[in-house]
Amino acid sequence: MTTVAQPLLNTGLAQMLKGGVIMDVVTPEQARIAEAAGAVAVMALERVPADIRAQGGVARMSDPDLIAGIIDAVSIPVMAKARIGHFVEAQVLQTLGVDYIDESEVLSPADFVNHIDKSGFEVPFVCGATNLGEALRRITEGASMIRSKGEAGTGDVSEAMRHIRTITGEIRALAARSEDELFVAAKELQAPYELVARVAREGALPVVMFVAGGIATPADAAMMMQLGADGVFVGSGIFKSGDPEKRARAIVEATTHYDDPDTIARVSRGLGEAMVGITVGELPAPHRLAERGW
Amino acid sequence: MVIPAPVIGVVALQGAVSEHMRTLTGLGAEVRRVTRPEHLAGLTGLVLPGGESTAMVRLAAGTGLFPALTDAARAGLPVLGTCAGLILLAREVEDGAALEGFARVPVLDLTARRNAYGAQRESFTARVALRSRRAPGTDPDDGPDAPDREIDAVFIRAPQVTRVGPGVEVLAAHAGCPVLVRQGAVMAAAFHPELTADPAVHRLFLTAAAAQPVH
Repeated sequence: MTTVAQPLLNTGLAQMLKGGVIMDVVTPEQARIAEAAGAVAVMALERVPADIRAQGGVARMSDPDLIAGIIDAVSIPVMAKARIGHFVEAQVLQTLGVDYIDESEVLSPADFVNHIDKSGFEVPFVCGATNLGEALRRITEGASMIRSKGEAGTGDVSEAMRHIRTITGEIRALAARSEDELFVAAKELQAPYELVARVAREGALPVVMFVAGGIATPADAAMMMQLGADGVFVGSGIFKSGDPEKRARAIVEATTHYDDPDTIARVSRGLGEAMVGITVGELPAPHRLAERGW
Repeated sequence: MVIPAPVIGVVALQGAVSEHMRTLTGLGAEVRRVTRPEHLAGLTGLVLPGGESTAMVRLAAGTGLFPALTDAARAGLPVLGTCAGLILLAREVEDGAALEGFARVPVLDLTARRNAYGAQRESFTARVALRSRRAPGTDPDDGPDAPDREIDAVFIRAPQVTRVGPGVEVLAAHAGCPVLVRQGAVMAAAFHPELTADPAVHRLFLTAAAAQPVH
């Protein structure tokens, strides 16, 4: 039953994940490794973004058997991805009992005009954003958590950097505007005035924002935290690396102790091979996932 | 005479740290982030916030924080745990396989069941009656200690208290289960007082903490 308390419950769960790492997993075994490494949640999917990139084709919601198996395997929250605009995939994920739905540009979009109307669901949504206007449009549609997009499946942190700097910079610029300038700010951001005015007043988004897309090392994760992220998603960066268990633990530690270079140096030793990666500049424009979302 | 402000530490490994800090600061406390045993020095109280208990025990392992905190709590340091914090404070945990082998702060004589209500869609809010003056062992529904007030309680993937020992006071209950408890100077809530604007639970904690000698 959707009640007035639903938004508080849904944004509240994201608040409980703050300071933590959410890891992509494709099997129950990987989910157990993630939990044992200290992940605050897992993202259940069929292929990590690096494989979606390599194999091509249409990427869709995962098999319900796989998602149910991962839910059974761990005691931490389980998230799963629906295609942008695919509200029936979201209905299926809700009925499966996932704790959070990611309406994700990593999958092939189902609707090139509309996102899912998330306000009608009991289960909370996280959505990607590359700038403040996009984040506010997703929140208006009912997203309870924002994930800056970065460029998934690359291991290249430069887009994650660009997106968090853009969003936090736009919030600072908005907070510096006078009240009579907020009407045109709402027009420029293509977002409702009331929400724009609230962000200007509070100097912050009304929901938690994690960073995603290209985080591959403990130093990458700590840098995002120093830039103001509430936490990090790590997709291909863990299970496409040489020693996933050790790397997962190291990224968890670096995310908590993000302002302590001694700890980051210690956990960065002897991690084995990082994911091979691909620089975003080499990606032809149609393969840039961050451009999906409107 | 100047009364010094309480100095409250918030364990800042992961979770709703800033929310507790904001509420405590609003009540006049000096607030510090705690990640290592040496941060416990000089505190007059400590908060274990909501978050993921499995992540917190792993982040604390190797720092010695939880054994040091257990000693401090046994020596009288007032502690408030919320949600995951209640699990960390419980003597026994059901469905706690993912916590096994890791140090906690098991100073409350009770049993907690993790994720007792199920997944996020089973999360809920409820009005609960907060009793602040109840003596141990008294019937919560009669006598001069009628409910002080009602507060909004937010339960997110919440634990359930399935057993309380004889020394544990039940300060609030919901649907027959204790949701706010106190044993000596240690309090724990199954819900998230850090997510609502009403600072009643934090005020109760600070009042009790003020009555304790400085640690």
